[in-house]
Amino acid sequence: MLLYILRRFGVALSVALTVSIVAFLLLHLSGDLALAIAGPEASPAQVEQVRIQYGLDKPLAVQYLDWLAGALHFDFGRSFYFRETVAALVAERMPVTMTLGAIALGLALLVAIPLGVVAAVNRGGWIDRAALVFCVLGQAIPTFWLGLTLILVFAVNLRWLPVSGNATWAHFVMPAIALGWYAVPAVMRLTRNGMLDVLASDYIRTARAKGLRWPTVLFKHALRNAVVPVVALAAVQFGFMLGGSIVVEAVFSMHGLGHLAWEAIGRKDFPVVQAIVLLLASIYIGLTFLADLINAWLDPRIRVA
Amino acid sequence: MALLEVDRLTIDIPTEAGLLHAVGGVSFTLERGETLAIVGESGSGKSLTSLALMDLLPSRAIRKAATLRFDGIDLMAAGERQKEDLRGDRMAMIFQEPMTSLNPAYTIGDQLTEALRRHRTVSAKAARERAVHLLERVGITAAASRLGQYPHQLSGGLRQRVMIAMGLMCEPDLIIADEPTTALDVTIQAQILRLLRDLQQEFGMALILVTHDLGVVARVATKVAVMYAGRLVETGTVREVFGAPSHPYTRGLLRSIPVPGRTRPGEPLGTIPGQVPGLVGDVFGCAFRNRCDHAAEACAGAIPERLLGGNHRMACILETVGSPQ
Amino acid sequence: MTAPAPSSALAPAAALEAVPPRRSPTARFLRRAGRNPSFMIGATVLAIIVAMALFAPLITAYDPYDQDIARRLIPPVWHAKGSWEHWLGTDKLGRDYFARLVYGARISLLIGIATVVVSGLIGTALGVAGGYFGGRVDMAIGYVVNVRLALPVVLIALAAAALVGSSLETVILVLGLLLWDRFAVVARSATMQVAHADYIAAARAIGCSTRRIVLSEVMPNILNPLIVVATLEMAHAILLEAALSFLGLGVQPPLPSWGLMIAEGKQFMFFSAWVIAIPGVALASLVLAINLLGDGLRDVTAPENRS
Repeated sequence: MLLYILRRFGVALSVALTVSIVAFLLLHLSGDLALAIAGPEASPAQVEQVRIQYGLDKPLAVQYLDWLAGALHFDFGRSFYFRETVAALVAERMPVTMTLGAIALGLALLVAIPLGVVAAVNRGGWIDRAALVFCVLGQAIPTFWLGLTLILVFAVNLRWLPVSGNATWAHFVMPAIALGWYAVPAVMRLTRNGMLDVLASDYIRTARAKGLRWPTVLFKHALRNAVVPVVALAAVQFGFMLGGSIVVEAVFSMHGLGHLAWEAIGRKDFPVVQAIVLLLASIYIGLTFLADLINAWLDPRIRVA
Repeated sequence: MALLEVDRLTIDIPTEAGLLHAVGGVSFTLERGETLAIVGESGSGKSLTSLALMDLLPSRAIRKAATLRFDGIDLMAAGERQKEDLRGDRMAMIFQEPMTSLNPAYTIGDQLTEALRRHRTVSAKAARERAVHLLERVGITAAASRLGQYPHQLSGGLRQRVMIAMGLMCEPDLIIADEPTTALDVTIQAQILRLLRDLQQEFGMALILVTHDLGVVARVATKVAVMYAGRLVETGTVREVFGAPSHPYTRGLLRSIPVPGRTRPGEPLGTIPGQVPGLVGDVFGCAFRNRCDHAAEACAGAIPERLLGGNHRMACILETVGSPQ
Repeated sequence: MTAPAPSSALAPAAALEAVPPRRSPTARFLRRAGRNPSFMIGATVLAIIVAMALFAPLITAYDPYDQDIARRLIPPVWHAKGSWEHWLGTDKLGRDYFARLVYGARISLLIGIATVVVSGLIGTALGVAGGYFGGRVDMAIGYVVNVRLALPVVLIALAAAALVGSSLETVILVLGLLLWDRFAVVARSATMQVAHADYIAAARAIGCSTRRIVLSEVMPNILNPLIVVATLEMAHAILLEAALSFLGLGVQPPLPSWGLMIAEGKQFMFFSAWVIAIPGVALASLVLAINLLGDGLRDVTAPENRS
């Protein structure tokens, strides 16, 4: 078990390192940063001055190592646009996005897992069909359009919820629905298929042969085994949500990481963009690592090796 | 009154090609203390028959019977809750796949005790004690320490013993063992069979043993039912069926296994040429006729079941009752 | 001794195992596709949208770029103030909304197809290499896929578009370079299944080159699942383009991208909800049609004997 954890951790760490290189190179190779920062009207001398000021004249490898060394201490330099350090900006915006992501994931799981179980148990029945139709329809709706539609219905017409911002919990309801929406079909399908596989297994027949009541068979014997892959998927989906929050935060004007990234990209504030890319990727890698651990713990075949 | 009465049990399974008549009109009765062996090759419907008794068939299978009665309780009319109360308590089943029949997520102890705790009011401690006692009875050493282990930590033989102990937890009146020894080594097979027979005699249970192994039947069973293509072709006591095998299929089966003292060394064993026919769609007449040496025109018509004396019955138009050799 | 069985006695049993007549693969595909509602609905809707995009000039007389400031934000025909002249209304610059919708279909389809060509080539090449060679090659490719999955797509695409300059070509290139992961995963597992088959061993034994085996033996056998992935990724790319354009870093005005239409309509949506409803419904229908087609294809091309 310890060996398993160590090996997984090694892989996660090396993926994170590679991602940092990719994130770094992506921004440095897509064009002349100095030119981009100085702006199109700057004279060549001004561009050169910017180049030296931001250390862009140094060899790429040196720039990368400087940046990485800083990143390890959460020092991502200063924002070009905001008069703050990148770390302070990120720390300020982070809670909004994490809260939004957590609520969205919670909502998605709360809807998708019971729906998947009910669909599997009533395989081929109307609930199953309706759930599958809902999945296909749901996946076709663009997140930002869903967000706008929610605003129109619940904020403008019904006046139940505030239009935008992130001041109170009520501000989080619609964004969380818009963000969690896309995760529901995937989780529901995985739960449904997992339940179908498990329900057809020999040990479910054994459990029924013992005369156990149907709820015990369903929840103790079936769901416990069917839910294992859902954990990994939930972690992956949470990572996607943090990435996707950029769209939702833009629609609902929530001042989280995604909104910050959008502003920073628009203003060519690259230290901020780099930091957020690295941060989101690291969170994703951390989450998948965590999911591996939870999976190992849930499955005695790995836990008690 | 017999403990188990089965009259004209049929099982149909809808498939894309049409209705599959997996089991067609199986009838038998079983008393306490008796062991019935249902014999047949794979696909003959013997496992489905045993699952049908427990009402554990796959959901799309259609079960019908004129009578299906357990200790006077009409199983065809019983509600789901009533059947759940019977299962695991008064009728138990031992499955043939020890590797997949235990839930990988729970310990042996948990899976052993849950049937007892479901059907009886016992403390966790008492349930564990009973589990340990039964594990010891099925020949598992260090039984107490096994309770905390997970299925993947046990060998196939141990898991099969756990399955048997699991079936015995509530001291059932009827125990159905579906090929309990196929997955095991020959040496363990003999042990498990002896164990089943001893336990059955000790507790006075009725035992249904589903097997394709005639050697097993001769050692353990009191009654035999030979199954072919979803029908019982010959039934009777072990003495009757083995002493005077009458149906051509039974005779073929007996010829194809070596019998100590009867088969001479070096003598070739018999085989039954041909294949089991498909059972999709309407099936008429004797299903064995395309492999039978004695097949006649009349075999395509209705085949009456005839009493050959005692409890010995067979479904064949053949008049001559011969010996296997 | 009874007489040997006459053949007539055996006939019924034999008839039970009758084999259905052999059909050509195309005929079998069409027959199964025709019975698959999801495939049929998806194919029909997609065909309508493709026809609209191809024959746009024949369907609408309006030019999607023609502005008419005097006729701004005319509501669609089902509104009291609407008229058949502009049956889906006009946008904030007085451009015919139906014309923009029809020409916008071209952009969505172009983005979808071009992206899938780029990402499909990258992902399939990586996946087939990993699945065919196995071992260290496979591990290295699995690692690359992990790195790709860790990168947040929308963020990277936005940043890259901002740096290179956002345009239709940039969107295609950026999405193509990002959306290959599923191709790689599916191509890898499909290739692994095929690579151990006997006919591959036979091809190796008679000395076929790796290139030849991959192109003529492996590819045809893994094509079906890859086509299904292609439909799903096409839908994905179309949705992402709309999101990027909505955020202002995708397709640039005055091109009639559906995502852009929603972004431009956003400020008017409180009073004229149809401004965002119309392109939104169009976008959802296109994505839905492609997804349905993909789901249908998966079922239609699945091995026949699966119950």
